Amino acid sequence: MDLASERPAAELKIRRGGPGGPVQYEHFTFIFEDGQSVLDALRWIRGNRDATLAVRYSCINANACKECVMRIDGRTGYACTTPLRSGEMLIEPLPNKRLIRDLVTDTLPPDERLT
Amino acid sequence: MSQYLETDVLIIGAGGAGMYAAIAAAEAGARVLLLDKSLIGRSGATVMAQMTVAAAIGEEEPDDWRFHLKDTIAAGRGLVNEPLARILCETGPDRIWQMEEWGVGWARKGNHITQAHAPGHDRKRCVYVDFLNTGPASARILRNQVRRHDTIRRISDLFVTDLVTQDGRAAGAVALHLETGQAVTIAAKATVIATGGLTSMYSRNSASANMGGDGFALGLRAGAELIDMEFVQFFPIGHLAPRLIGMDPIMWDPFRYKLGGRLLNGDMQEFTQNYGAPEDGKYVVTRDAATYAIVKEVAAGRGSPHGGAWLSFEHIPDEDLRAAFGPVIDRLAAAGIDLTKMPIEVYPIAHYHMGGLRVDDSLATSIANLFAAGEAVGGANGANRLSGNAITEAFVFGELAGRSAAAIAPNAAGMDIRDAAAPFLATLEGASGRPGQGPSPTAAIAALQTILQQDVGPFRTAESLNRAIAGITALTAALPDMPTGTQAAFNQQLADWFGLRNMLLVARSIATAALARTESRGAHQREDYPGLDEAWTYNQVLRLQGGEIQLARGEVRRLAPEEA
Ligand SMILES: Cc1cc2nc3c(=O)[nH]c(=O)nc-3n(C[C@H](O)[C@H](O)[C@H](O)COP(=O)(O)OP(=O)(O)OC[C@H]3O[C@@H](n4cnc5c(N)ncnc54)[C@H](O)[C@@H]3O)c2cc1C
Ligand code: FES
Repeated sequence: MDLASERPAAELKIRRGGPGGPVQYEHFTFIFEDGQSVLDALRWIRGNRDATLAVRYSCINANACKECVMRIDGRTGYACTTPLRSGEMLIEPLPNKRLIRDLVTDTLPPDERLT
Repeated sequence: MSQYLETDVLIIGAGGAGMYAAIAAAEAGARVLLLDKSLIGRSGATVMAQMTVAAAIGEEEPDDWRFHLKDTIAAGRGLVNEPLARILCETGPDRIWQMEEWGVGWARKGNHITQAHAPGHDRKRCVYVDFLNTGPASARILRNQVRRHDTIRRISDLFVTDLVTQDGRAAGAVALHLETGQAVTIAAKATVIATGGLTSMYSRNSASANMGGDGFALGLRAGAELIDMEFVQFFPIGHLAPRLIGMDPIMWDPFRYKLGGRLLNGDMQEFTQNYGAPEDGKYVVTRDAATYAIVKEVAAGRGSPHGGAWLSFEHIPDEDLRAAFGPVIDRLAAAGIDLTKMPIEVYPIAHYHMGGLRVDDSLATSIANLFAAGEAVGGANGANRLSGNAITEAFVFGELAGRSAAAIAPNAAGMDIRDAAAPFLATLEGASGRPGQGPSPTAAIAALQTILQQDVGPFRTAESLNRAIAGITALTAALPDMPTGTQAAFNQQLADWFGLRNMLLVARSIATAALARTESRGAHQREDYPGLDEAWTYNQVLRLQGGEIQLARGEVRRLAPEEA
């Protein structure tokens, strides 16, 4: 079985930048295999394309930490449980939380913050 | 600008051990600062555990902590620190009942708590929360208990980068606040390292991203001793493919034993018989034999597409599968996995680390005012851990370390650590002004994971270990002296630099100890030194001297017959 052949490609359109800055989108192509998640693609981008991409996650496979919550194709979801699909996917930070940078928003319980 | 905080007890890491320590220290009257580089109680191993917790509560059948201790010592292959193991086994039941009081909801049958019979235990001893909910339920209960104490301050996203010592004593820490990039200094009368294990240093693991062995490096650099670093536990048939989210990657093993799962190579042929372990139609080859056969078959180029072995349940009747897997079958179906029609791919994955900080029976390290708890502690499990002992260890050692730390805090003088912290702060604070240079730490971490997986994995030789040490040395030389990064807010590159610096030191500790131990024992298997050698029945103790790792031999601590 040759895994490399005929693998689908996700075109990730990712919103970048911090609060108050201009709205910027960057495009990344990720060749994936069935079952791979949006988080798999974002981690690959950090490791292989742009290590400055801010995206928070801990558990990767367990869907236990709930840190990877973001906006995917206009809907709120976990990057680690959302499967990739071919074609363009729009990846943005949560719109209703304070933006920290790129895909990271302030989702901490208020009494767990450093103030 | 940097912040300066003060507390009685500083607890680094908020998994099961750290949260339990916080509760115990607060109940003993101390002011506590509980922090985590990610989220409090959500980001380490504890919340991810789905299986069982071992404790001799005797609900299912009569039991005694002495029986549990006997099994723990047997599993540890001669290297268990017996007084520590005794604490684990003797007080385990107290913690299980306390968690029950707090509402964790251990699974019950009728009027008693159910206990499963896990491998290595002489009887039914392991409690759990249905369904596959042990870790999440435990973490939730502990978070709730922590929140009830006004004297516990919790801070998430605070990554401790160095411990601060003053006059030879632990006096606090410096940390990176991830959200802002700000440096934080914390002065503490007592400090507890509860940072968990190191398995994310391997490319195939069951870990979260936060299990990179920080606590071992923090301890070493502050002058503390480590023990048993060569013993990394691999789980023989960890899930490899297809991609599966939300399930414990170690879940296949109990099903394989229960039902008999066939291990097949890339050509769909049985292969374990070629390594002296025939399936004989029963398909229950032991864990160590399965690990060996899979690693060798893949190395010989006969692996499955993702570089593992196939595990097939296709020969089991549908109704038997459903009876054994229960609702798991539906979760698998939702992920596109139909076990009646397809095999899945498995490979040995790094799962737990037996070694860690060397402590006494109050969980104090060799540095005054510095304690350790949970998976960060070495010794209680010797060369190999019994299943279910790790969560018990997190609860028991957490509670004890919290109490011990609170007990010394009133006597310890609160020190001003600004001067002692200054050099560490300098490393932290300059970073955002320095534009990126040199290789990306993010990529170097991946390279290190590959080195450890290939050459410091479940099977080692002098050749593979020397190769690993050379690779670690090269990565260390390439690591820039100072972290860099142009972003202040949520700069993971910066965190990766600190993480990598720790991992390189810890990787060197594992490889150095593994190279020295010229025998095979428990989780440390040397292909060039097969078989256990009685002359090696002692622990290896590591410390950092002049930037170099020094190895020494430590006598295994035993109990007198009347104490066990
Ligand atoms: C998938 C999985 C399943 C498991 N299943 C079982 C099981 O069924 N039964 C069992 O007994 N054991 C099991 N184990 C092992 C067990 O879960 C762990 O050994 C135990 O939970 C460790 O608890 P801990 O509190 O020591 O560490 P953790 O729960 O890992 O917590 C450590 C915390 O420290 C934080 N931290 C790390 N470094 C820093 C730093 N520099 N600064 C600040 N914070 C830091 C981390 O973010 C993390 O939150 C399993 C492990 C895994 C990974
Ligand atoms: S990474 Fe933990 S829930 Fe998604």
